[in-house]
Amino acid sequence: MKKKHIITRRTALITGVTALAGYWLYRTVKSPQVPTYGSILRAGDNFTYEAQRALLSKRALTKEYSRSDISSFPATGTLNPGDINYKYYSKEWAAAHRNGFEDWKLSVEGRVARPGTYTLASLQSMPGRTQITRHTCEEGWTAVAEWTGVPLSQLLLHAGIFPSARFVNFYAYDNYQDSIDMIDAFHPQTILAYGMNGRSLPIQHGAPLRLRVETQIGYKSMKYLRRVVVTDEYVDPGDSGWAWYTGI
Amino acid sequence: MHNPWVRITHWIGTISFLLLVYSGIEILMVHPRLYWGDVGNDLTPALFELPISRNYHHPGWTASQPFFDSTHSPVSAGRTYDIFNENGWGRSLHFLNAWVLVAVGLIYLLAGLYTRHFQRNLLPARKEMSFSALARDMADHFRHGIAFVKGPNYGLLQKLSYCVVLFFLVPAIVLTGLTMSPAVAASHPWLLTIFFGAQSARTIHFFCAVLLILFLIVHVVMVIRSGFRKHMRAMTTGS
Repeated sequence: MKKKHIITRRTALITGVTALAGYWLYRTVKSPQVPTYGSILRAGDNFTYEAQRALLSKRALTKEYSRSDISSFPATGTLNPGDINYKYYSKEWAAAHRNGFEDWKLSVEGRVARPGTYTLASLQSMPGRTQITRHTCEEGWTAVAEWTGVPLSQLLLHAGIFPSARFVNFYAYDNYQDSIDMIDAFHPQTILAYGMNGRSLPIQHGAPLRLRVETQIGYKSMKYLRRVVVTDEYVDPGDSGWAWYTGI
Repeated sequence: MHNPWVRITHWIGTISFLLLVYSGIEILMVHPRLYWGDVGNDLTPALFELPISRNYHHPGWTASQPFFDSTHSPVSAGRTYDIFNENGWGRSLHFLNAWVLVAVGLIYLLAGLYTRHFQRNLLPARKEMSFSALARDMADHFRHGIAFVKGPNYGLLQKLSYCVVLFFLVPAIVLTGLTMSPAVAASHPWLLTIFFGAQSARTIHFFCAVLLILFLIVHVVMVIRSGFRKHMRAMTTGS
């Protein structure tokens, strides 16, 4: 006669695995992350963020290329914040540009022990990093260029970042605002670039200083930087309709 | 009779696949150029281009400026054209459904291995595999039309096409998709190697999608020709 078990090994296994998966899913969705604004798409973006942080190496470097791999490189978005006819015309940027960026300064603020400003010369005197990497645009195209700059980690340590800090926010002259988490901020290839392909950064590509976040899609690599603000909490710029985390 | 888990994964997979196709077409419309290798953009030659949005051959570029003094220097040019770009929702919808498909795919794979569904119903037995049997099955499809057979007692051609889709096209489209992710490629650089670069992965991703859409069309035609209502009932209620 066949014994009838109410709970077989199979149902116990399936129930256990489902419960674990469900719990992880619940924790992921509930953990204090970037706001979803009630959108399932933004919730999906956050899931990708959690999954990539859980499954991928946080220190792995993206592929670096040789000089002969450097390719043509389209400039998109803002091409010149000094253009008076441009929607995001910046008087301050235009004035700094007229001076050859001599008195241009990057402001570093927020949760740091030594807030202050950095001239281009002072950034260039810090230990730098040169890397030939692939830019991956959300549109679908890619381009390889050589970037020279200061590792963001270098600057944050120099400014005395507090251990409670969780986000680094960037503000640009063309009114753009964005942020990255500490894992990307301290990634060795995340740099503030002042040089491109062996020359100073061209205007079209974000002069005098731009961010390079090589582990994410191109639009995280903000051009025309003016301010870096370190925060403990996520600074909500409102739903732009675009994913905040774009490691994918 | 179809297993309950086959029916559930079939329909969730169908919904996520259709949404992946929809958002995939949107994403391709933003940059309807395909390349080979690691690099490809509007300033480099394309493998081929698709006339599927106003971005096709758009003229909005500033004059090119060379990066170096050499004659064949790579160049930069600024884009002045207002391109079609709905990737804000397009990309997020694509990845959301990619997660659903991967989750459903894993459940299907585990259940299929556990219940020996693959060996029993999908992989053709050695004795039924022969060129003459394949030719006969193919001829039957065109000549007689197909009789309704209660699944999963599949024909040879049917088994082979399901195997190609499940064990070749779906894994290939998932892996080429992951290759395009900067964070995934950083942790798993072998992906860039096996697919010959990020743009090659994108091109292979595109061709896998084309083949999967062709499969879907043939699949639906076959379902209609061999008894649409019966098949729908078998795949939903299992009766």
